[in-house]
Amino acid sequence: MKKLASKFLMAVAAMSLFAAPAMAETIKVGAILAATGPASFLGGPEARTLEMLVEEVNAKGGINGNKIELIIKDSAASPEKAISFAKQLIEEDKVLAIIGPSTSGETMKIKNICEQAKTPLLSCGAAEVIVNPVASYVFKTPQKDSYAVKKIYMEMNKLGIKKIAVLAGNTGFGKAGKGQLLKIAPEFGIEIVEVEVYDKKSNDLSAVVAKIKANKEVQAVINWSIVPAQAIVPKNMRQAGWDVPLFQSHGFGNIKYVEAAGAAAEGIIFPAGRLLIADTLSADNPQKELLMAYIKNYEAKFKEPASTFGGHAYDAFTILMAAIEVAGNDRDKVRSAIENMKGFPGTGGVFTFSAEDHNGLDIDAFQMMIVKDGKFVAYEK
Amino acid sequence: MFDVGRSSFIFLTKMTSELFVQYLLAGITYGSIYAIVAIGFNIIYNTTGIINFAQGEFVMFGGMIAITLLQFMPLPLAIILAVILTMIIGAGIEICFIRWLKAPSVLRLVIITIGISILSREVAVHVWGESIRSLPYFVGNEITSISILGARISPQVLWVVAASGLMFICLGIFFKTTSVGREMRACASNRKAATLCGINTENMVTLSFVLSAGMGALAGCMMSPITYSQYDMGTGLAIKGFTVAILGGLGSSGGAVAAGLLLGVIEAFSVSVVPLAFQDAIAIAILLIILFIRPQGLFGSKEASALKEF
Repeated sequence: MKKLASKFLMAVAAMSLFAAPAMAETIKVGAILAATGPASFLGGPEARTLEMLVEEVNAKGGINGNKIELIIKDSAASPEKAISFAKQLIEEDKVLAIIGPSTSGETMKIKNICEQAKTPLLSCGAAEVIVNPVASYVFKTPQKDSYAVKKIYMEMNKLGIKKIAVLAGNTGFGKAGKGQLLKIAPEFGIEIVEVEVYDKKSNDLSAVVAKIKANKEVQAVINWSIVPAQAIVPKNMRQAGWDVPLFQSHGFGNIKYVEAAGAAAEGIIFPAGRLLIADTLSADNPQKELLMAYIKNYEAKFKEPASTFGGHAYDAFTILMAAIEVAGNDRDKVRSAIENMKGFPGTGGVFTFSAEDHNGLDIDAFQMMIVKDGKFVAYEK
Repeated sequence: MFDVGRSSFIFLTKMTSELFVQYLLAGITYGSIYAIVAIGFNIIYNTTGIINFAQGEFVMFGGMIAITLLQFMPLPLAIILAVILTMIIGAGIEICFIRWLKAPSVLRLVIITIGISILSREVAVHVWGESIRSLPYFVGNEITSISILGARISPQVLWVVAASGLMFICLGIFFKTTSVGREMRACASNRKAATLCGINTENMVTLSFVLSAGMGALAGCMMSPITYSQYDMGTGLAIKGFTVAILGGLGSSGGAVAAGLLLGVIEAFSVSVVPLAFQDAIAIAILLIILFIRPQGLFGSKEASALKEF
């Protein structure tokens, strides 16, 4: 028995000896994503995108000859788990930077942890509060929700819509969106006559649709959520025989929701990144080439349609890699390399960061889309 | 906007008859789904004295399996096969996890069923992934609606209500008239006496799992077009179903139906008075009040509940 144990110890020692030089050449990157749980439609594509990209980078020999080691943690959209994973990644794994979390609520919980540990965080959460006020180590890749709201209101002005109803899920994304919708409405002369918040687990909203339908003043409805309710609201509205225009948030950028809502999805208008209409972009668009390549590779590998959410992780990863390429394995240098990045094309738009702007996208990163014959097409009116 | 006073004013003055019917129908839809889950709880409770917290997962399995099978066969066949497969899963769970326990404590059984529930969810997320899926509407599509007394609803609602009603009636007939049904009831009222009379109580317990799995699966198929199916849908349903089972008096199927409809209708109408976000709070508040005033449930008898260990 003793002999066996000592042999085992020797084997372990030998293995660690051989492994040691290889470890020195890898750069560790952490990721906290909601790969399962209620926000899995965000975290799932994000995690898969990162796996694919790491494979690609390492197959090409890594960044400046250094291999990338990606440690993905599944938070299941729980802020508590996000906090403990963030601490684990920073203190135990000593990662260079963290990609994620998938949701705004989780990001806000670990914003200060990363800031204090001076570890760059590239969030895939959408809410503006992540980068406003700016924390020097915290960045985010999805477009700001205030731009999405403005884009929708601009469209409503064109259509002559004045009185609207707002529905929102009770998630971090839904609450932040509702806040922006209420705050910005007066700037565009729009009056919100009904507001309802529903639980993120709701699976039938026909009662609340009946309630807001009873208010005859409502000319259009905005539904702001990231949950399956995005497909349930349109169904309940159309089943109630109510055909006012329905606007949704940029969280609708997944063709699965259109499939889930079926015929009821027709005519839904929403702002989103150009990934969804990549094939119709002109050839000189700076995003065209990378979008087409990303969509092709992702769909070939995972046999499911690419979504803008996976695109957020794509942007976070490529920005980080570009920063590592110039700054090496150093947290502070990587941070300033990201902050000084200009005109970097990604799936969400063309990123130009600065000390004041840690999102790097402007309102033109959004394009209004409409669902037509079960597909996303650019909405021009 | 969230001013309750103003909202209830609207409730009293502007509640048109269409709106009233609309809320009522929405309430009946939720209510009949809750009732079916609650009856599933009751069947197992009656034969084993435990609450099967994996009941919601049977509903999920039914919907998910039917959606998968739909790729290979027509809808009615897919639903029937999904129900049968879920029944087999139910039997398998009982045989693997419950049957071999000798006189287990209630707490132990509760923990086991919670474990089964978590296990089922993990299996489902690995098999079907995290995305939402749904069966197609049985009649028409997502925008088809029919008009009842001025209110407009999806025809699928009628399927849900009809299937729930049919299941309730068939179950009643099964328990009253068939010998197996009578044996199950004997097992429910006194397991020891039933054993002494030569009834194989172990098989009755398996059968109760099969029955409640089948009912859950059928409900899962019927509601899938309306509410979608997702690997983690079971938990929420189990909580509502459990509330209803307690509310109606544990073990009483008629009570479950009445309590299910009551809770569904209260939830639907509560939307017009308080913000939607408080919908679940209302349900739980009612549960608490009833448990304080009538611990045996609305329709349960005090003597019967005193004899039960849980």
